[in-house]
Amino acid sequence: MGWLTDPLALELFQRALVAAVLMGATCGAIGAYVVLRRLAFIGDALSHAVFPGVVLAYVAGVSVFAGAMIAGALTSVAIAIVSRGQRIREDTAIGIFFAGAFALGIVLISTQSGYQRDLSAFLVGDLLGVGWDEIALSAVTGLAVVGVLVALRKELLLASFDRVYAQALGYPVFALELLLLLLLTATIVVSLSAVGIILVLAMLVTPAATARLLVDRFTPMMVAGAALGALYGVIGWYVSYHLGWSPGGAIVLVATLAFLLAFIFSPSHGLLAHRLRRHPQHAARHAAIDPPPGHAHGTEGGPVVASLRRRHPPGR
Amino acid sequence: MTTNGGLLAIQGLWAGYGEGWALEDVTLAIPPGRLVSVIGPNGSGKSTLLRAILGLVPRRRGAVSLGGLPIDERRSDVAYVPQRELVDWSFPIGASQVVMMGRYPRIGPVRGATVADRDAVDRALERVGMADLGGRQIGALSGGQQQRVFLARALVQEASVLLLDEPMTGVDRGTEEAITALMRELRDGGATILHATHDLEGAADVSDLLCFVNGRVVAHGPPDETFTPQTLHATFGGEVMIVDSGDHAHVHGGGHHHGGHAHPDAG
Repeated sequence: MGWLTDPLALELFQRALVAAVLMGATCGAIGAYVVLRRLAFIGDALSHAVFPGVVLAYVAGVSVFAGAMIAGALTSVAIAIVSRGQRIREDTAIGIFFAGAFALGIVLISTQSGYQRDLSAFLVGDLLGVGWDEIALSAVTGLAVVGVLVALRKELLLASFDRVYAQALGYPVFALELLLLLLLTATIVVSLSAVGIILVLAMLVTPAATARLLVDRFTPMMVAGAALGALYGVIGWYVSYHLGWSPGGAIVLVATLAFLLAFIFSPSHGLLAHRLRRHPQHAARHAAIDPPPGHAHGTEGGPVVASLRRRHPPGR
Repeated sequence: MTTNGGLLAIQGLWAGYGEGWALEDVTLAIPPGRLVSVIGPNGSGKSTLLRAILGLVPRRRGAVSLGGLPIDERRSDVAYVPQRELVDWSFPIGASQVVMMGRYPRIGPVRGATVADRDAVDRALERVGMADLGGRQIGALSGGQQQRVFLARALVQEASVLLLDEPMTGVDRGTEEAITALMRELRDGGATILHATHDLEGAADVSDLLCFVNGRVVAHGPPDETFTPQTLHATFGGEVMIVDSGDHAHVHGGGHHHGGHAHPDAG
């Protein structure tokens, strides 16, 4: 059992382990929304967009957390406002602000020759450099994020599943979406010291995507995502300790491997399960003929419906 | 279950996005306890009318009120059944969870559903004939069953106005009949019901009022007065054929013959 307990002898390593678990759990919890609302691209964008805030705060000697939060929040708001119109789509707006903000960070760093090495820790993470103060901040932020996700679970779920119905009921859908982006930003910011800007996306997406393959309900998916994220933090950290790998890289590789295993072996949605279910052969033929439920665009409502539909192209 | 919400009044409503108008100058007054079919070709503004009542499409001029109050103050008293295609049915939730969403405004944030809320959900599922399917993942339901789930979600709101956006599209005959029966039952209980539809004959059979729409209200009134070749022609242009067999005008989409002697509408 020495391999399990030895690494914990040093406080340095205890801190790193706690930080990895906090990061993994928070990312895994909010990851349910990232996966189901297809926010992967915006998550990647936000993680890069906080960079100029990090650099500026670092240079000015103020809280890096505050600088990153402000940069991320400004970018979220800018994306939300620009993509509200119809001419610029959301993914385009994300591309513009994500690259623009990151470029600003690069320009800022190029004017500050002395800081390059320290700041590079934010790009790839520096788990061993995390102090207790940062861990406390991660814990408080993680609890706050999860607390809001729990308190507004109904509203966020409704706005995610059926935006139009949520609006019809009078819910402030735009504000709820903005809130989700701010929670995402906070999660990213406190994860940077553990996995860094470039890899944080994997922690937002991979544990939740793995959970999606294992369970069929939203709340279990969020709980499983958080548990898996924390578990990957622990396993990745041990791998990194024993093999001398980069901690951030090791955690993300563990997450990726676990996803692949679930993708193949998941009892309900894995490749193997699907294969096994297709035998005997009549099942395969049946599947080919029947449209999948939920995608039927039948027109049993009457022939008149069908013919009018075809004759009038959608739109004006 | 549903209550009389008073007069639904639409006054000089203009609605649409951007520069054009999807709907021009709509004025309608619908007393409680009426079943109204909103009829028109695709892109005519049927859905827009329902959405503009709720404010989902910007109301650029005019006003909508319910029982004398601006409708925006009575949002949760209006139940909306959106088109089924608009949501992601692979979402990891069960049928009863979707139905419960109709209770969310009542429950409020933070708190969880009470026993009364769960009872309401069970009753609504039973009412749409899905009592034993509440635990089913929504993606595993047929199109008709998904539509029933949406209907049950509207029922648990216990609203006085129901707006249904093409509820009959892509559903089986049994679901169609169940929806029709339910709409009549709710109407008899005092609810105001508007449903957008393509099904001209079905609409004429079940509705108290027909509202023909094509960018504006072409005609509005009881089927006897409005279901005429003139109205149909004004609403659908040359795309509809009228088959006159005895005292009933049967309508078919252009080029879609059903045996009988069909001729293009002359006028």
